[in-house]
Amino acid sequence: MSEQSTINFTQAYALALDEAMAADPTVVLLGEDIGDKEGGGVFKVTAGLSTKYGDVRVRTTPISEQAIAGAAIGASLAGMRPVAEIMFMNFMTVAMDQIVNHAAKLRFMSGGATSVPITLRTRSGAGSGNGGQHSDMLEAWFAHVPGIKVVIPSSPADAVGLLRACIEDDDPCLFIEDGLTRTVKGPAPGPNHILPLGKAHVEREGSDVSVISYGRPLQEIRKLADQFAGEGVSVEIVDIRTVSPLDTDTIVTSVCKTGRAIVAHEAVRSFGAGAEIAARIQEHAFSSLKAPVKRVASKDSTVPFAHSLELEFLYKASDIEAAVRQTLDGM
Amino acid sequence: MTTADSFSSSVLLEIYRKALLIRVVDEGIRGLILSGNLRIAMHPPTGQEIVAAAMGLNLETTDYLVTIYRGLHDQLAKGIPITLVVAEYFAKATGACKGKGGPMHMTHPESGVMVTSGVVGSGMPIANGLAWASQIKGDNRVTVTSFGDGASNIGAFHEALNLAALWKLPIVFLCQNNRYGESTTYADATASSTVAERATAYGKNMVGVSVDGNDPESMWTAMRTAVVRARAGEGPTLLEANTFRLSGHYCGDSSPYIPKEEMEEAVANDPIKLTREAVIKSGAATEAALDEMKEAFEAELEEAMKFAHESPAPDLSEVETDVYGAA
Repeated sequence: MSEQSTINFTQAYALALDEAMAADPTVVLLGEDIGDKEGGGVFKVTAGLSTKYGDVRVRTTPISEQAIAGAAIGASLAGMRPVAEIMFMNFMTVAMDQIVNHAAKLRFMSGGATSVPITLRTRSGAGSGNGGQHSDMLEAWFAHVPGIKVVIPSSPADAVGLLRACIEDDDPCLFIEDGLTRTVKGPAPGPNHILPLGKAHVEREGSDVSVISYGRPLQEIRKLADQFAGEGVSVEIVDIRTVSPLDTDTIVTSVCKTGRAIVAHEAVRSFGAGAEIAARIQEHAFSSLKAPVKRVASKDSTVPFAHSLELEFLYKASDIEAAVRQTLDGM
Repeated sequence: MTTADSFSSSVLLEIYRKALLIRVVDEGIRGLILSGNLRIAMHPPTGQEIVAAAMGLNLETTDYLVTIYRGLHDQLAKGIPITLVVAEYFAKATGACKGKGGPMHMTHPESGVMVTSGVVGSGMPIANGLAWASQIKGDNRVTVTSFGDGASNIGAFHEALNLAALWKLPIVFLCQNNRYGESTTYADATASSTVAERATAYGKNMVGVSVDGNDPESMWTAMRTAVVRARAGEGPTLLEANTFRLSGHYCGDSSPYIPKEEMEEAVANDPIKLTREAVIKSGAATEAALDEMKEAFEAELEEAMKFAHESPAPDLSEVETDVYGAA
């Protein structure tokens, strides 16, 4: 891969925002510290955009998550396509009324008279020593609310295609960026790369076991799949890309083929997306299963500060590997 | 809908006309609920009609309104057709929201009613967004967000007013201070003696005004000033309209927490009654003309109720429709 043809996650988010703003004058950005005067965002995703598009379209806000989410919702009702940055996913909880009671429901409650085409970009993930209030993966909370789409990319190219799709979508989308892997590189997409929402991606075909995941764990799953291939075990990788609405068909088709399923995510284990995916597999592919569906996830605890504890909290690549081996043994 | 540049007897008559329509619809719906013929939760705006009428008369159809669960007066004043309002109360497919939102979520973009929220205080941040869009587009629209005194104590109020002042948004924060947040008195819930004085916390871009919301001239003039200011790009106003809630927090609430003398005084000063007297005194209309006006509204309501009654319930497939847009 040459240097010119690769891009990291942060560059991917920036590219998607830049392309979307260039393509559509109704796309506006708002969030804390996002303007160039404030350094272009805490994570530099919006760096350069306020200079390029002006501070009317790239608007730095006070630290007011309810006001940010509300302003995005209201502007979208008036025909704009706002992209709001909520600095950390835990801070989404400050704006839950706006997101859950309004963004998600206004289309339904108005009988389709209005819609809320907003994108909420946020960041999370454990492993950076940020402790219990800056690291949670709360995607299942939002996936439990009909009306919101929940999207998590697993590669820079997907990050571009999925963020563009969120911005173009007519419903509220939550786009979750992983903090730890922000500098991980991957092949750069071509111009105006837009992926469909609600469609899972079988990124590696296999015949022995399906590993279903999204976001960060894919980095490890890809390496494991190579390792298993060396042992003669054929792993199929399904990246769901969109947590909600979930692409049941692609998952079920894969599991019916392989007969074995591992679901892996970073979020804590209980009541997570893994539970929903496992339930759908047993509802639709029970007779094809050669082994119980396995879940790999982080421990049911608060993300700790001490690095040793944080690593102990997090799911591990070895957990995924062990789950695959157990499944192959029919356990 | 903008009527005049200054208050006059004809403006007074227009305020009365809107307020009376609201009272007639309100009474009609409450009658159905209290007689057991309509089983819904309703938060009546009885006594707050002048506030809404003065608001509606100062807005264009294209201006935006974000209101709350106690919103019948605001919705009618902003211009949602009675038939759509009543059919929505009846939970019919022909209602403003196809029977899927109900009184607490009444929406009608064609009239500028963009959101009705059932969560206290939540409309203000959204209203800012509508005003922000107008500011970006330069479309000359004004947004009004209506809320009660109770909502001035929730965090979203502060976030919204700060942002509106900071960004100098074309918006009016219309606080309908009806003296009770559910069953708690204003004084037992609010540290400041008025809501309007809180405007000073938001700097020079925000103006705070407290008026007698039941007095047509004071209310109309204050609303006019706030709307003109917003439309001129001079910034937001926190307009506190002092009024009184005559029919309880919800329809069926007999308001045992309101002292008898306070309620008796409020009923004696019913703004519909006082405004009717003022209209007649001003010579803008005769007693007979106002009686005719009321009969016409009653007939219109009866027609709307008949339409709603005969309308179909929403198709059951609507449960899974409008959750997401078309793929």
